[in-house]
Amino acid sequence: MKKDYLEIRWHGRGGQGAITAAKVVAGAAFSSGFAGVVMAPTFGTERRGAPVMTSLKISKTKIYDLSPIEKPDIVVVLDHLLLKEADVTHGLKPGGIIVLNTPMAHETYHFKDFNLATADVTAISVEAGLPHGMVNTGIIGSLERAANLLGIDLLIERIEGEFRTRRPEKNALAARLAYERTATGG
Amino acid sequence: MHIIEDGNAAAALGVRLCRPQVIAAYPITPQTPVTEKLSEYVEEGSLSAQYIPVESEHSALAVCIAASSAGARVFTATSANGLLYMHEQVQWAAGARLPIVMCVVNRAVGAPWNIWNDQQDSISQRDTGWIQMYCADHQQILDTVIKAYWLAEKVSIPIMVCYDGYILSHTFMPFDLPEAGKVDAFLPPFQPDYALNPREPANLNTVTLPDVRVDVHGELAHGYMEIRYLLQEDLRLALAAAAEMERRFAGVFGRTADPYLEPYRCDDADFVAVGLGSLTYQLRVSVDALRAEGIRVGVMGVRFYRPFPDEAIANALKGKKSVIVFEKALSYGYEGALASDLKSALYEYLGGTGSLPTVQNFIAGIGGREIHTQELTDTLRAATQARVSKEPVWIGLKL
Repeated sequence: MKKDYLEIRWHGRGGQGAITAAKVVAGAAFSSGFAGVVMAPTFGTERRGAPVMTSLKISKTKIYDLSPIEKPDIVVVLDHLLLKEADVTHGLKPGGIIVLNTPMAHETYHFKDFNLATADVTAISVEAGLPHGMVNTGIIGSLERAANLLGIDLLIERIEGEFRTRRPEKNALAARLAYERTATGG
Repeated sequence: MHIIEDGNAAAALGVRLCRPQVIAAYPITPQTPVTEKLSEYVEEGSLSAQYIPVESEHSALAVCIAASSAGARVFTATSANGLLYMHEQVQWAAGARLPIVMCVVNRAVGAPWNIWNDQQDSISQRDTGWIQMYCADHQQILDTVIKAYWLAEKVSIPIMVCYDGYILSHTFMPFDLPEAGKVDAFLPPFQPDYALNPREPANLNTVTLPDVRVDVHGELAHGYMEIRYLLQEDLRLALAAAAEMERRFAGVFGRTADPYLEPYRCDDADFVAVGLGSLTYQLRVSVDALRAEGIRVGVMGVRFYRPFPDEAIANALKGKKSVIVFEKALSYGYEGALASDLKSALYEYLGGTGSLPTVQNFIAGIGGREIHTQELTDTLRAATQARVSKEPVWIGLKL
């Protein structure tokens, strides 16, 4: 997916690190020549465990519209149980991409009109040496596999920078493994 | 160096570059991260300042007033009901002519309780004698903080640097973080004309009589009315000082801007939308959409709201068919304060010339109600077809 303007909506739970993940992608996009990157969390309702959303807009030119995303190109879902709690495909453009962290088989899901990418990021992250539940770096690998946005090497470099004091190698490995093992199609 | 951070970080980084000596603030959403970051800077030693924790906003500004009177460069920040709780000291700081810089992270005021964005808080402080500057993105937040210290110390008037809560304060975007050397070149250390000194005790702002009188030195001293007149006169003169501020800033940082207004596609426009803050950037998207439909429309942000740049505004709007004012605040019982101010400036400079635009007023985003760009575009289009109403029209109201 190579475009001059992209909108990515992240669905996670409070404390899961969706904002940090979006920030990593934002930084990578800016350093790749996207002059406009705007990342906006949903405001005022952040609690640990509660469903939260973050908007990320990426543009070749400066972004003047800071209003929340209404028609995303991509939705990233950090916890498959959110499918039952939130309307994660709301407004998703036909042909849009769903990046889903799930322990279930890819074939379990049937999203008409959308392209699904799945990986068990929770298990992959544990395998990479991260504590159980830390999925916000692995999911970046899945996003890159599904959308081919910025290149996995650049994203891993940004992950190592963002997490330089918090297990940089393990976070980088989680993203690399998730990138390699994300299932797409269907 | 460009970094990607949120608007509160842009403010805190700007403040650190200005080397304040005393910071006193009380946390309130959505301002809290500004105070957190500044206290971290002081703790880690990257900012050499006294960070004075206080039990309220009233005390925060009282501390700033005392420290500024003693000759220190000071900073505070607040939002909404915190600003209202400060109100007595807000008035005092202006009357005392102290160059305090305060970030107001714009938020709706209670009741009912609401933590989201509108601009009722700072607009309600319009008449306190402070300079008010509004920001539309993070670069403007950082730059305006730096400019504000220069201007406040130049004219001895406190300044509110206002930016939209959440929409700017909690949103991440790239901005250029200047080198400390550049800021030092632009902003010399604060040199007050007078500073409290224990070796030369003095009374400041004690009971001042209605009329002038001979003071302890045998000289004729101003009465209250003269002191207040000079505040008004110096506020009006601050408009010229703001132009000098922009010239000097451009000379050091290479970023040029009009000191008062930020017009977009206004030159050949028949219709101009006007507003304060980030809403004027969102309106640019609507302007582009309507231009594609062949409608000659532009948008103009007012960056400098008090003192009001009336002449610059009237000149910019001369010959336009209609001025469409979008506001996130209201002078309850009448209309948006900016709409009233604009009408006043237009009447003064264009009244009787036959080129007086109509003025329309739309109220949007009160208490954080989401402003959809499509809604703005539709509203703006309708306003170019006919004057919608004499009364302010609330966008997105669900009654």
